[in-house]
Amino acid sequence: MSGAAPATSLTLVQAVRDGLAGELARDDDVVILGEDVAANGGVFRATDGLLDEFGPDRVVDTPLAESGIVGASVGMAAYGLRPVPEIQFSGFLYPGFDQLVSHAARLRTRSRGAVTAPVTLRAPYGGGIRAPEHHSESKEAFYAHEPGLTVVVPSTPRDAKGLLASAVRSPDPVVFLEPKRIYRAFREDVPDEAYTVPIGEATVRREGADVSVITYGAMTQPALDAAEALADDGVDTEVVDLRTLAPLDRETLVASFEKTGRAVVVHEAPRTAGVGAEVVAALQEAALLYQEAPVERVTGYDVPVPLYALEQFYLPNALRVREAVERVVSYR
Amino acid sequence: MDRSARESLLDRDPDDPVRVLDDDGAVVGTVPDLSDSRLVELYRDLRLARRFDARAVSLQRQGRMGTYPPMAGQEGAQVGSAYALADRDWVFPSYREHAVSHVHGVALADILRYWMGDERGSAHGANVFPVAVPIATQIPHAVGFGWAAALAGDDVVTVAHFGDGATSEGDFHEALNFAGVFDTPTVFCCHNNQWAISVPRERQTASATLAGKASAYGFTGVQVDGMDPLAVYRVVAAAVERARTADGAPRPTLVESLEYRFGAHTTADDPTVYRDEAEVERWRERDPIPRLEAFLRDTGRLDDERVAAVETEVEATVADAVEAAEETRRAPPTAMFDHVYAEAPSELTAQRAALAALYERVGEEGFE
Ligand SMILES: Cc1ncc(C[n+]2csc(CCOP(=O)(O)OP(=O)(O)O)c2C)c(N)n1
Repeated sequence: MSGAAPATSLTLVQAVRDGLAGELARDDDVVILGEDVAANGGVFRATDGLLDEFGPDRVVDTPLAESGIVGASVGMAAYGLRPVPEIQFSGFLYPGFDQLVSHAARLRTRSRGAVTAPVTLRAPYGGGIRAPEHHSESKEAFYAHEPGLTVVVPSTPRDAKGLLASAVRSPDPVVFLEPKRIYRAFREDVPDEAYTVPIGEATVRREGADVSVITYGAMTQPALDAAEALADDGVDTEVVDLRTLAPLDRETLVASFEKTGRAVVVHEAPRTAGVGAEVVAALQEAALLYQEAPVERVTGYDVPVPLYALEQFYLPNALRVREAVERVVSYR
Repeated sequence: MDRSARESLLDRDPDDPVRVLDDDGAVVGTVPDLSDSRLVELYRDLRLARRFDARAVSLQRQGRMGTYPPMAGQEGAQVGSAYALADRDWVFPSYREHAVSHVHGVALADILRYWMGDERGSAHGANVFPVAVPIATQIPHAVGFGWAAALAGDDVVTVAHFGDGATSEGDFHEALNFAGVFDTPTVFCCHNNQWAISVPRERQTASATLAGKASAYGFTGVQVDGMDPLAVYRVVAAAVERARTADGAPRPTLVESLEYRFGAHTTADDPTVYRDEAEVERWRERDPIPRLEAFLRDTGRLDDERVAAVETEVEATVADAVEAAEETRRAPPTAMFDHVYAEAPSELTAQRAALAALYERVGEEGFE
């Protein structure tokens, strides 16, 4: 990517759409299938216009059946296509869960590499848009827990396009979770040409020396906001965006922690057995002797996401992140 | 209804929809045996449903309510089917059956509370299961509930409501298969409103009818004109009788109600992207409300004065419900920890205490 490359200012969901269009154009084997993805262009417009551009064999409205969507994608992928199924909301993936974990994730190993399922399963996930019941969950840990699956969560338009391209080109199934709360929250210059952002690499969004805030997806922004507020109090906060939840980029996390010795992990998913627990374990395993304070987790609570009247009290925010950081940096 | 009437009504070709009124409200079938006052109440409930729906959409537009799935066009099937139930029967709705739920005992204010983002709207105490948002997932519940009632020797019929799109899900198949195998006292009320968001009925399945799917499970499937409340009443009443062992043993029935959603899928949807306004107009001509009204007027059961009284009553009922819902004090933030388990584990109690302390310290502004 050269600095002079033409770019367009896009929101995250537009960047997803741009990335899908790019992959459809690049590789005739790429097909999109899902509920309301063709004629309607997706309920979030992530596939807007793709039917017109690529036709009904490449962009397909399916019957309302997630097991069918994921299972058929596995079969298509095994035959040589590159299916990119969309699950309308991550909370509706469960009828397809069996196909995802029992087959997509395991075909390669079960067949000793003879049969594979390079499927990129996209789903909007997470809270913060006052959506109805079952539309706001963050269950990324389910997928991160499944050997054979790769789990990616972009937090910027530029990453969304590049990570999506990497996912589609990956030889293995990828669960691509899109934080819908920030689908249209801000814009960024996104290169027009196709490019990839590597899977499995976290990135440092803000450098700092005193404490590491490790997060991903829609929580990246409150983490950065907290870091700005903390800077006024003389606390120099580093913010690490995981981008890929499985496999975890332990190297980047550990490097940050070795520098700061203090960390707060932030996610909106429930706390128990969440990705945060895995991050804490990774830090302890690799850098215990650098640790200067207990690592805190700022997370959703261990309750079903409340309906929207109470949602703001459930989701971690900059205030909760800031207070956790203050406790961690003042620990002696 | 006697057995032969039931059989001729239900056990017909699956593409021969039952009708009582034609599009203009003229009688073309057997008018069900409902008292004059019950018929007028039915009309009132249709008007109430239509008014409620319009208010709910406008509350959403004004930012006073979250996303809402409108039911305009489908009130005839909703109210007609609900009238066929006894109080002790149970309803298993999707997210669109506001009128079914209300007729079966859920206060309008509770329906609004739910769509205003308040779980207490589902604590209504009526024989109506909580709204099921994940498509088709309520259908097996209706089967299991009815099955358990039958095992206990209780005379309870269960009615599952779902859309045409739902018939593509595995849960639909599994539920109907169980019902057929275990003879559960269940009526499957499929509201074929022609669209599952943007996907038209003919792209949902290659089957000629949805009613015809029942034959794969070994029981009856029947189509009914879902814009004709009297026809829906008759068919569902017959199906309920059959579920109630009227013919010796309980048998399930699949009812495919042919209807149309006049409005958007939800307030977050724009139907002009995927469907023709001309199609909407064609279906509007079959609107259940003027149809029933014409019938009631023609048969001397309704006049201008009664219609005006219904309008006034409906307006007041909806206004009261909106006021009651909006006056409800928001639950405290810690309410999210209530009822997660019968008894909260200590970790949850600790999380609750942490949120309570934070809220106490920073107040509402801390969470904006
Ligand atoms: C399992 C599942 N998948 C997808 C969705 C998203 N979704 C909500 S409603 C809907 C269409 C439903 O169509 P239909 O069953 O015909 O009922 P209608 O909304 O027309 O009443 C879809 C795809 C969902 N709620 N649950």
